[in-house]
Amino acid sequence: MDAEITLRVDGQRRTLSVDTRTTLLDALRERLGVISPKKGCDHGQCGACTVLLDGRRVTSCLTLAVAQDGAEVTTAEGLSEGDRPHPVQQAFLEHDGFQCGYCTPGQVCSAVGMLDEVKAGWPSHVTENLEEEPDLDDEEIRERMSGNLCRCGAYTNIVSAIREAAE
Amino acid sequence: MTDVLTEDPGRAPQRLDGPDKVAGTARYAFEQPVDGPRYLHLVQAGIARGRVTGTDTSAAEALPGVHTVLTHENAEKVNAGGELAVLQSPEVAFRGQVIGAVLAETPEIAAQAAGLVEVTYERHPHESTFGVDDHRAQSPDTSSPMVTEDLDQGDVDAALEAAEYTVDVTYATPPEHNNPMEPHATVAVWEDGELTLYDSNQGPYVVRDVLVPIFGLDPERVHVVSPHVGGGFGSKGMPHAHVVATVMAARLTPGRPVKCALTRAQMFPLVGYRPPGFQRVRLGTDATGRLVATEHSALEQSSRLAEYAEQSAGASRDMYVSPNRRITNRVVALDVPVPTWMRAPGEAGGMYALESAVDEMAQACGMDPIEFRVHNEPDTAPTSGRPFSSRNLVTCLRRGAERFGWAERDPRPGVRREGDWLVGTGVAAASFPSFTIPGSVATVGYADGYYRVEIAASDIGTGARTALTQIAAEALEVPLSAVRLHLGSTAQPKASLAGGSSGTASWGTAIVQAARAFRAEHGEHPPEGAETTTKSEPDPEAGKYAMNAYGAQFAEVRVHADTGEVRVPRLLGVFAAGRIVNARTARSQFAGGMTMGLSMALHEHGVVDGRFGHVVNNDFAGYHIAAHADVGSVEVDWIDEHDPHVNPMGTKGIGEVGIVGVAAAIGNAAHHATGVRVRELPLTPEKFLTDG
Repeated sequence: MDAEITLRVDGQRRTLSVDTRTTLLDALRERLGVISPKKGCDHGQCGACTVLLDGRRVTSCLTLAVAQDGAEVTTAEGLSEGDRPHPVQQAFLEHDGFQCGYCTPGQVCSAVGMLDEVKAGWPSHVTENLEEEPDLDDEEIRERMSGNLCRCGAYTNIVSAIREAAE
Repeated sequence: MTDVLTEDPGRAPQRLDGPDKVAGTARYAFEQPVDGPRYLHLVQAGIARGRVTGTDTSAAEALPGVHTVLTHENAEKVNAGGELAVLQSPEVAFRGQVIGAVLAETPEIAAQAAGLVEVTYERHPHESTFGVDDHRAQSPDTSSPMVTEDLDQGDVDAALEAAEYTVDVTYATPPEHNNPMEPHATVAVWEDGELTLYDSNQGPYVVRDVLVPIFGLDPERVHVVSPHVGGGFGSKGMPHAHVVATVMAARLTPGRPVKCALTRAQMFPLVGYRPPGFQRVRLGTDATGRLVATEHSALEQSSRLAEYAEQSAGASRDMYVSPNRRITNRVVALDVPVPTWMRAPGEAGGMYALESAVDEMAQACGMDPIEFRVHNEPDTAPTSGRPFSSRNLVTCLRRGAERFGWAERDPRPGVRREGDWLVGTGVAAASFPSFTIPGSVATVGYADGYYRVEIAASDIGTGARTALTQIAAEALEVPLSAVRLHLGSTAQPKASLAGGSSGTASWGTAIVQAARAFRAEHGEHPPEGAETTTKSEPDPEAGKYAMNAYGAQFAEVRVHADTGEVRVPRLLGVFAAGRIVNARTARSQFAGGMTMGLSMALHEHGVVDGRFGHVVNNDFAGYHIAAHADVGSVEVDWIDEHDPHVNPMGTKGIGEVGIVGVAAAIGNAAHHATGVRVRELPLTPEKFLTDG
């Protein structure tokens, strides 16, 4: 069964007809040619497909496109303004927070979403005091970014990049 | 060439493909724009051994949008063996083998139709597990470049009998799966007898040269394009079954591209893995702690479909002195998928066993493990007698000891406790051969004010694109911005694959030689359109020296006293790997190898169910790889090593030495923390609770 939906992707309005089984990830990649979110597992286990959906980070492979009619989708590509990278992307470049680059757009989107969560005062599993503003130390960053796997092992550089971007 | 100053930021440019990668606009195989593609979904065997007796494709074919269901009954006959003989017979050699493929208009329809294919089998008994003293063990085919013949020097048994101190220990390692983040994918376009593949691999020409005889194609009419590759770690070194299946499907639909990406679960049986194994190490020393006997026997899993063997025991050939030495590698062929290279094949597992056993040996002698290694440092390569081109292991150990605070270490195991955590530190040595493969071809041209450098190298995340551009700029004596490097496609001249940590050395040598020839031919001010192409010559020094990169790995480990949970808050690796071309990307490669080593030590285990012959935990939920929260401080350092013999740049490979020794350092530290010696990877909690 097909259904017509409209998405706002990286600021652009896109209307398309999708198989109701189509994930947001496949709709972006295979239907709209938006390749920034990557498919690493299709099971929500690796985070490579992370996008910001109405401002919150989600794994787009676990999100059905048909359920997101009217949603605002921001990918890592949409985070940069023209040739100017987002501060998180700039920090990834300076700290070499990637190697093969396949998990990177997901790491970047996840970091941007995560920093907003911290600003909003959301605690994590390792937050000691749930009543205070979370202090974004390395342990907090690692915990909050653990949904984004990196097989090249760029974790320490990613944490440095996020720490700098958060300051 | 001038030496590089490793901490000079001018010598550590950011990755040239960085802006595209952080935006996600760098195009990987499946993302290359093609018109009107169809999608291929593989059908896999549900038994471990036997034959397909019937395939009912009617329900799949009746589904709107399905173009073709390929099976062994209708697939074209090709000239292939082993895992690449796809759909050539009804025989099933392992569970998960490709026994069909559905071509459809959308990925959803292809996946649904693949599930509708009904297969009946004649089941045969299968064997998919083995034991430490397995009667089926056999010698591997030593004509493979990965394996050397047995070594038996002196009289090991007599030396062990006479030794003052001995250890006799066996270490076990599980199946480990490469799991690059980008699943293996290929897009095949067949048009007018011309094949274009957008493929995820570690060498475009390797893919071409494998496919040409299989399909009887003209090599000039096969194009493999792979500008960006999302990791490989060995599993993309050779094409696997899905590439053959995709080309078969493309040849049925000329002009319509066919896209095939493996699912994460399909990768477990279809793209290779590090084979599980047992390694027995017997060591003996004299009263001073000097090794008099070394025996290392490795037994590893192979596949009945095609042999894969690596020389894990080879790690003990040239590491330490020992007048008496016996090295053997054996395999057990089972009804399982074919293993393949995984980062530091042979060394990763072999050095885990050796460096753990050396820790036990040092303890048996009452010696500090660093002093033990220094005491057993050879002057020349022990088995061949050749001089080392350079060997700075002792410097790495000393530098690391100072930086890690080794001098304050209390050697007694199991005596440090901080709250609920038992704390320990450990060390291990790392070694990996330095290969420079001759025969790569590079072109240097000049036009529009830029030097164009072309070579079909692969950047699988190593930073090759950046490092090779630096090497070209240095060889041409021009700024980095004056060089435009093109790699990753058969549109460029032929290059060796990204494997064995040989890339920068081999391709860099080709570029340096081409650049020198270009200058000789066209001078300092080349005319517009000037161009020179050369093929790299073998190193005249090759064979005269033993050439290896070395490292010292240090680990701090905490083991929870009640739960056995193991944490690694700190890793330090100090390496001696020749000239470092780019400090930024090199640091990342070393740290990445160490992080994968941590993952190997603590997490990775492909669990085979012997009843059915498959890996049970075939996704990232079940097969855990190190995540952010698993990784603490990973420090990387290297010494300024000048090796005039390895290649014109003085570089040694750095992609693999980083993983070597890490699991041993962590295991040794876990023993130091707890007093429990776990001799089986991964170091999961229950092993510290029951083995004490």
